[in-house]
Amino acid sequence: MTFSMSDLVPAYPELFLLLMVSLILVFDLFVSDEKRFLTYLLTQLTLFGCAVITVSVSDPAVRYSFSRMFVSDLMADSLKVMVYLSVAVMLVYSRTYLMLRGIFRGEFFALTLFAMLGMMVMISANHFLTLYLGLELLSLSLYAMVAMQRDSAIATEAAMKYFVLGALASGMLLYGMSMLYGATGTLEITKVAQAIHSGVGHRTVLVLGLVFIVAGLGFKLGVVPFHMWVPDVYHGAPTAITLFIGSAPELATFAFAMRLLVFGLQDLVVDWQGMLMILAVLSMAIGNITAIAQTNLKRMLAYSAISHMGFMLLGILSGSMNGYSSAMFYMLVYVLMSLGSFGMILLLSREGFEAENLDDFKGLNRRNPWYAFLMLLLMFSMAGIPPTAGFFAKLAVFEAALEAGYVWLVVAAVLFALIGAYYYLRIVKLMYFDEPEDHAPILPQPDARVLISANGLAMLVLGVLPHPLMALCVNSIARSL
Amino acid sequence: MLLGFPLLSLAIWLPILFGVLVLTTGGDRNAPLARWLALAGALLGFLVTLPLYAKFDISVVEMQFVEMRPWIERFNAHYHLGVDGISLLFILLNSFMTPLVVIASWRVIESRVAQYMAAFLIMSGLLNGVFSSLDAVLFYLFFEAMLIPMFLIIGIWGGPDRVYAAVKFFLYTLLGSLLMLVAFIYLYDVSGGSFEILDYHDLRLSLTEQILIFIAFLLSFAVKVPMWPVHTWLPDAHVEAPTGGSVILAAILLKIGGYGFMRFSLPITPDASHYLAGFMIALSLIAVVYIGLVALVQADMKKLIAYSSVSHMGFVTLGIFIFNAYGAEGALVQMVSHGFISGALFLCVGVLYDRMHTRMIADYGGVVNKMPVFASLFMLFAMANSGLPATSGFVGEFMVIMGSLKVNFWYAALAATTLVFGAAYTLWMYKRVIFGAVANSHVEALSDITLREALVLGLLALAVLGMGVYPKPFTDVMHASVNNLLTHVAQSKL
Repeated sequence: MTFSMSDLVPAYPELFLLLMVSLILVFDLFVSDEKRFLTYLLTQLTLFGCAVITVSVSDPAVRYSFSRMFVSDLMADSLKVMVYLSVAVMLVYSRTYLMLRGIFRGEFFALTLFAMLGMMVMISANHFLTLYLGLELLSLSLYAMVAMQRDSAIATEAAMKYFVLGALASGMLLYGMSMLYGATGTLEITKVAQAIHSGVGHRTVLVLGLVFIVAGLGFKLGVVPFHMWVPDVYHGAPTAITLFIGSAPELATFAFAMRLLVFGLQDLVVDWQGMLMILAVLSMAIGNITAIAQTNLKRMLAYSAISHMGFMLLGILSGSMNGYSSAMFYMLVYVLMSLGSFGMILLLSREGFEAENLDDFKGLNRRNPWYAFLMLLLMFSMAGIPPTAGFFAKLAVFEAALEAGYVWLVVAAVLFALIGAYYYLRIVKLMYFDEPEDHAPILPQPDARVLISANGLAMLVLGVLPHPLMALCVNSIARSL
Repeated sequence: MLLGFPLLSLAIWLPILFGVLVLTTGGDRNAPLARWLALAGALLGFLVTLPLYAKFDISVVEMQFVEMRPWIERFNAHYHLGVDGISLLFILLNSFMTPLVVIASWRVIESRVAQYMAAFLIMSGLLNGVFSSLDAVLFYLFFEAMLIPMFLIIGIWGGPDRVYAAVKFFLYTLLGSLLMLVAFIYLYDVSGGSFEILDYHDLRLSLTEQILIFIAFLLSFAVKVPMWPVHTWLPDAHVEAPTGGSVILAAILLKIGGYGFMRFSLPITPDASHYLAGFMIALSLIAVVYIGLVALVQADMKKLIAYSSVSHMGFVTLGIFIFNAYGAEGALVQMVSHGFISGALFLCVGVLYDRMHTRMIADYGGVVNKMPVFASLFMLFAMANSGLPATSGFVGEFMVIMGSLKVNFWYAALAATTLVFGAAYTLWMYKRVIFGAVANSHVEALSDITLREALVLGLLALAVLGMGVYPKPFTDVMHASVNNLLTHVAQSKL
């Protein structure tokens, strides 16, 4: 097979990013602490460049590269653009926060971009090895980022837990992949699918492999019973890093689930549907019920994340095009909500003070009605109350699951959504019904102020006119499968 | 239609737009501006609904003023609006009450005025949306969205136990509506991908399906009505809500339940409705009789009126589930009339509360000596609440009793006890509060109602009397739609 430059076109964004991140790493060595802003700017430019390249090389057709180890399709392109967007937003929200805590350093940007490269590789993987490579690049960067605040014991503990459990999950994944390899004789995802379809491979071995794959996936998604690391890591990590973990990587994990289960193991759908159903119900139950007992907002949002992953799984386990696109829509909306709510914690935090307890939101409507309103939109969106985006996300996955015949599953999901509404309402209650205890002025930098406003209002706009984003999801899935 | 002008869209979005404008006036420094802007928005909102009545064709059973645009392709959902004889009156009632609430709250609310006024305007628009949506997703969107302003109104401006009441209100209503959402999605799948409410009316369903869907709707609407035994949120919400909140809650929000039965339960699941009619009638009669007795022993005026609402709404569900024209039209008339009367009664309590800061009956006595004008207006509303002829309260109750007499003598007999209990609890409260010698120094210091209060109560008095003496303009618009509904319900879908 001869190599030509045009074979690399689908991977241009990744190549550009790799080039830039190496450049930034070297560039930062020569930048003093006062001029660190330049590194920040260069990082943002890199993200912008990636977006431009991704959009311009995007093609409706499915294209392979690197001997079919790498795939570029519409789903990958849409998810990547969302990843750039959420990383860019994360950088804006966390700038002041990081500066005040002394972690506004070159490593932060390099690790962020390496993590992002990992996500992009995961999203575009068509080979078990590529998938694993991307996952490890992402995970290793995240472990280091959680531990960046070296003098914080709680952060170090979180990083340790994250690392140990993450390594365990990776091991499970590898074991599952090796079984699939043994059964089908190939590591390439599309070929695995063909092999299973044509009846190659012993079913017991395949299903056993699937069990390990789903367990590994469960860890990465943070669904019950593989969720133990989520609250500790969300709580322990510096809020800026929590924001990062809770946003863009979720998109990559979604792609990861799609590539493995749908693109690779579609013929085992009845087997993984049952497994995902257990994970989904447990996550919605434990996530929503445990969240009620939390007094720390970061921990509460961690449990809320667990429950949201449960809702998202409803879409995937429907096993239909409608279901996959609904799950993708859910993920996109969730990432926006997660960005907004952690962003709000960042904006309310100041030097030596983390606005991470529920009580720190008391009387926010008195202190600043606009931020209270934005947070209200975000919370109602998380609860799935119209007219916010979260409602349509839930409606879509419920519809897909009901179409697949899971009536009781949907009824259960609805009841857990009701339980969930309680703790989101509590935040609204604190902001609107209680008197403030803290009277410090809220003065975020102007770009963050604009962005958080757009972020909050996006909930409302997508809650009234969800059509464009939904159509994008439907298209992405339809064109990629 | 008025030159194809989107009147319904205006009725929905104009108040919401003004609500947003009011919010932009910011802090309490600009309170006067916020008040005037809110009044302008509410009045304009009322004016745009008048052509709906004027141009309404009473001989047509189809939806009128229809607007339809594609909305969400993924769900095949449309921005589909329209009114018939059943929904028209609620839109008018809602748009009529909003300016009154704005005026009534003019001086009462002193903190966060802009947010308060905006909440009412936005809710008014959303409520019009509830009554005019013909697409299930759109309906659900308005239905749920309306909870948010009400939650804030109770929670921010309410009484001492407001947080408990607000959360209870929200979760109670959410529980019901989420199951309705499941029913909608189920209907969407069964109908082959349509969220059109009118398509569901002709959809064939087995009895089991119908019963399950009926129960899902029932949970949602029974909480709204509210029917015994899921009424317990209402007294809490009413007692804690500020006066304006109580008025809108009683006058409009409760009507969504009755409207929902007529728009969804009956036409979509007619066989289940017949099958479970006995159950529904039993619940209604329990509400009428038992809750009437509960109202008798209340010491708090607002609680008394809240229980009286539950009892009166029992008439509505009774009228709906006896499946004849008297019953259904009586239910509609009763809902509109109850909107006026309960709204007026809550305003009367508000007038007293603003002066005395207590709602306990025992703290009053001899108010007539100090507030004669108020006492006479209050008298009218109390009489109307007890169902005195020549007031609107009589018309609806009489029609429902007539209707139930045709079905079963005992239904009518039990329902008619309300004329005794209703008179007993309302007039007894009236006697203890208004008549007698001046009870204490606080009552001694009372001053009669201001022009602003007189205007609000006077308008409502006109409505109550007008509807009681000459109900034809109200009943005319509903004949065609109600008959259509009844013939539809009589046909089995099995």
